[in-house]
Amino acid sequence: MSNASSKTSAASILRGSLVPLLVVAFWQALSSSGLINPVVLPSPVAVVVRWWAYLLPAEAYDPAQSGWFLWALSGEMLTDAWSSLYRVVLGFAVGAGLALPLGLVMGTSERAYGLMDPLLQVLRPIPPIAYIPLAILWFGLGNAPAIFLIAIGAFFPVLMNTIAGVRHVDGIYLRAARNLGAGPTTMFLRVILPAATPYILAGARIGIGTAFIVVIVSEMIAVNAGLGFRILEAREFMWSDKIIAGMFTIGLLGLAIDIAMNRLNNHLLRWHRGLDS
Amino acid sequence: MARLLTMTQDDAAMTTIPASQTAVPQIQVRGVEKVFTVGAQKIVALQNIDLDVQKGEFVCLLGPSGCGKSTLLNAVAGFQPPTRGTVTADGKAVMGPGPDRGMVFQEYALFPWMTVAENVAFGLQIKSMGKAEITARVDALLEKLHLQDFRHRYPKDLSGGMRQRVAIARVLALDSPILLMDEPFGALDALTRRTLQDELLRIWQEVGKTILFVTHSIEESIYLADRIIVMTYRPGTIKQDVRVDMPRPRDGASAEFNRLKRDLSLMVMEEQQRFSADEIRSVTAD
Repeated sequence: MSNASSKTSAASILRGSLVPLLVVAFWQALSSSGLINPVVLPSPVAVVVRWWAYLLPAEAYDPAQSGWFLWALSGEMLTDAWSSLYRVVLGFAVGAGLALPLGLVMGTSERAYGLMDPLLQVLRPIPPIAYIPLAILWFGLGNAPAIFLIAIGAFFPVLMNTIAGVRHVDGIYLRAARNLGAGPTTMFLRVILPAATPYILAGARIGIGTAFIVVIVSEMIAVNAGLGFRILEAREFMWSDKIIAGMFTIGLLGLAIDIAMNRLNNHLLRWHRGLDS
Repeated sequence: MARLLTMTQDDAAMTTIPASQTAVPQIQVRGVEKVFTVGAQKIVALQNIDLDVQKGEFVCLLGPSGCGKSTLLNAVAGFQPPTRGTVTADGKAVMGPGPDRGMVFQEYALFPWMTVAENVAFGLQIKSMGKAEITARVDALLEKLHLQDFRHRYPKDLSGGMRQRVAIARVLALDSPILLMDEPFGALDALTRRTLQDELLRIWQEVGKTILFVTHSIEESIYLADRIIVMTYRPGTIKQDVRVDMPRPRDGASAEFNRLKRDLSLMVMEEQQRFSADEIRSVTAD
């Protein structure tokens, strides 16, 4: 049984890597042919070499300075990835942290919804990127404007889904809970909130995706570390191999965030019907 | 229904009226009327309903779709207050839903984010009962309904019959004197349905609750009830109040069972035909 499934998974890995391998081979052939200037399109080998150098610590190991573990993490890439991740998490926490309570109130109270909705409808279509000039004006340079922009990016998806989630709670649960004697607090905390979680988590997933887009853009304007900053810096030196290495790193970090969100989703929604397949 | 009465008098094993069936009825419905407004149309769902249910009695509300049996149940549950009239449960006027009238829904209405044990414990936690006592009561109920091996499962992993067992355990946990059941076995297959009917009767005889049970299955009502209230289609009124005095367990193949089944079928089909005619008319009017 496990033998068969490992065989199929080996076969599917092989099948899945076919197209990427072909693309890389074509890319390498193109570079080796000398038809294209390596500054415009570096060879895959050059990108991998550059990626490796980007990953490794810049200085030689010196036990007097720090332990080997910290030294191993001191490479430029890991520092950049950490800076970007830190901004995404913090910005997302601020944006979602404001959106969740507001969404819960707007979802439950018709009055709060009527008061807040017109303003939010006007603000919602403004892309977070459009706040860049204002963010610099208000917060100067550094982490603060970046986190502000990321928070805006995460805010609206979480807000909209929280409102929808609360409004779509099946009436049968409310009736059952009232019948069992639930008061408003129990109703909210133990019925409405958990019933709305699938929606809220879907919003959080969109929100963190938006946050990840915004972090790269905001790092291109306001800060001097992070993956977005690094690829823009590389362009100034015409290091196209480093640009591509940086882009792959961004992709890997995005993938890691998505996998983490997915794990969290599966855990929090382990009771949910849609996930058992 | 003269024939029914003579039949039960002939029966040596005729059930006697329990001593508790005296004085104040457990559920008292007086002059209840319910009008729904759908667009410009007024639908009289219930009209002139007077109904007494004695303590410990098992009463079925029987009728076709649209006869207002669920509306009446919801009025007793306190979900939909009647347009006119009063509902009294356990001597108190019904003002809204409450744990003194536990309800079992056809759609189970289990909280899918809670495990079986958590669902059963929910009502007890609201009563702010001690942890140890909750655990003990939940354990006893899970045992009673043969759910002990499912306590940590989520509802999505259970069959329909198992889910309805959990829903029954959840209202039994409240220890309310009255159980309201809205076609609880309607979505189950015939065999599961029979098993749960037997379990319900066993539990009812053990704990002595008053049960008001909505169904559109004639057989189910004869199998379960002390009294069957047959309702008319729009406006919903009480067409006939039929006492069933056959000893339990009742045999669906017996002569009395089938005589009663034929009588009830005639009554219910009369209403069913009015319902169908109305349905066809409303479609052609659109």
